Amino acid sequence: MRLINRRPEAGFGRLLMIVPFVLVVLTYLIASAARLAENPADKLLPSPASMMAAVTRMAFEADKRTGDFLLWVDTSASLGRILAALAIATAISLVLGIAIGLLPYLRSLAGGFVAVISVVPPLALLPILFIVLGLGETSKIALIVIGIAPFMTRDLALRVSELPPQQIIKAQTLGASSWQLVLRVVLPQLLPRLIDGLRLSLGPAWLFLIAAEAIASESGLGFRIFLVRRYLAMDVIIPYVIWITLLAFLMDRLLVLLQARAFPWFAGARATA
Amino acid sequence: MSVLSIADVWKEYGEHVVLEGISLEIAERSFVALVGPSGCGKSTFLKMLLSEERPSRGSILLDGAPLAAEPEAGRGVVFQRYSVFPHLTALGNVMLGLEIGASRFWGKLWGARRRAAAEEARALLEAVGLAEATDKYPAQLSGGMQQRLALAQALATKPRVLLLDEPFGALDPGIRAEIHQLMKRLWHERPLTVVMVTHDMSEAFTLATRVIAFERRRNEPSDGGRYGATITQDIPVWPPRVAGQVTGLFESPGRDDPAPVAGTSRDDLALQGVRA
Repeated sequence: MRLINRRPEAGFGRLLMIVPFVLVVLTYLIASAARLAENPADKLLPSPASMMAAVTRMAFEADKRTGDFLLWVDTSASLGRILAALAIATAISLVLGIAIGLLPYLRSLAGGFVAVISVVPPLALLPILFIVLGLGETSKIALIVIGIAPFMTRDLALRVSELPPQQIIKAQTLGASSWQLVLRVVLPQLLPRLIDGLRLSLGPAWLFLIAAEAIASESGLGFRIFLVRRYLAMDVIIPYVIWITLLAFLMDRLLVLLQARAFPWFAGARATA
Repeated sequence: MSVLSIADVWKEYGEHVVLEGISLEIAERSFVALVGPSGCGKSTFLKMLLSEERPSRGSILLDGAPLAAEPEAGRGVVFQRYSVFPHLTALGNVMLGLEIGASRFWGKLWGARRRAAAEEARALLEAVGLAEATDKYPAQLSGGMQQRLALAQALATKPRVLLLDEPFGALDPGIRAEIHQLMKRLWHERPLTVVMVTHDMSEAFTLATRVIAFERRRNEPSDGGRYGATITQDIPVWPPRVAGQVTGLFESPGRDDPAPVAGTSRDDLALQGVRA
């Protein structure tokens, strides 16, 4: 039988899914144990016990200097920034994307501009943002927005132009004005596609967040791991990275769930398109 | 009184002539089928009736006034595909036209007005045989049901003319015969003037009161597309069909059967799976 036709059974498929995770953990444990056997003071690959101790210290014990529970302070600072940036980028890209995708005049006016803007490396703009907007929250949120909004705008404009032209004609024969067309035909069909774009933007959004926090910040997940890097505190860095990954993964899953719940028609429409 | 008057209409793309010298009067309550080989410009002609395209020369009048430059509520349409909105249920699809007409800003109704629109839409869905499917999304409907829905949606705004662009071309013969029956009934019962593009001769003669053939008189490769298609045949269907008069003397049912009202008669070749 050809390889392309061989399928794992349902239970075995689930088992296969966890194999890579188990392999990574096992590899780490073995390597860590080997290094620690040679040098108990090794900081590079800390043991699970010392990482647990670090997590307990960061998450459940108040910091001696500030009295804060650092993990939660960092998490809420980072989540606040990334959620604000995602909300702003979504609003911008939705308005611009629909306008560029639907209105020929705006397509001529702004289409090329957005295409150029979207290839400017956002990190190269970071110094400008720090100079213009200062080192506070604004510049960090602005970096994320600049990093993902042009991509999302182009993506949405493309999705608008992918709507079958028959639908646009049809809506006009039902008497729809441009505004009604946006409100009743384009926007509702774009929202589930926006979620697709948002999911793809999560990776870059986290990247820009960590970068901004690493360079100038007083709190945040990215700030913390770059701070403790000075002490080679891998026992803090590794749990933080896992925590960031988990947060990003959960956001992705939440978006998938939202798409299925809020737009029950979308899966079927996508399958038959 | 003709609803649509088309006078010496040409359509050219640069050097390439698609249609030349099309003149046509379409009478109130008629059902005109446009037939012709692929690429003869019959769909382009329908697009011009829809204002999706504009004629290069000539004029098209709707009730004596020039056509608006863009699609509008008076001219309903059903395409072969993508006629219905995937994000709305069957009921929502039919209500859309009513809601857009009644609510200029939101295009959406609430409360008692919504209930009234829903009632009207439900009656239409029942008329096209979709009473059971009101809450289903188009992706959950078969191709034939989607086209029934598209008809109901187009009829909701009571268009002056209904334009059909190969609406049943993608359906199985059995389904097509059923929807032909529905189409006939709708045309008899409602004040409809229909223009339908089809490549299926039997469909044209099954439904229409008048069949118009588009063809290029000259189509040599050496002409370089300088000769467009024109009307080569204009056939009034015999026996004449009159809207609203279902059981005319000649509206023949099956040979030995009692006359069923607006039934599929034996001349519906789609029923036998025969394609012209």
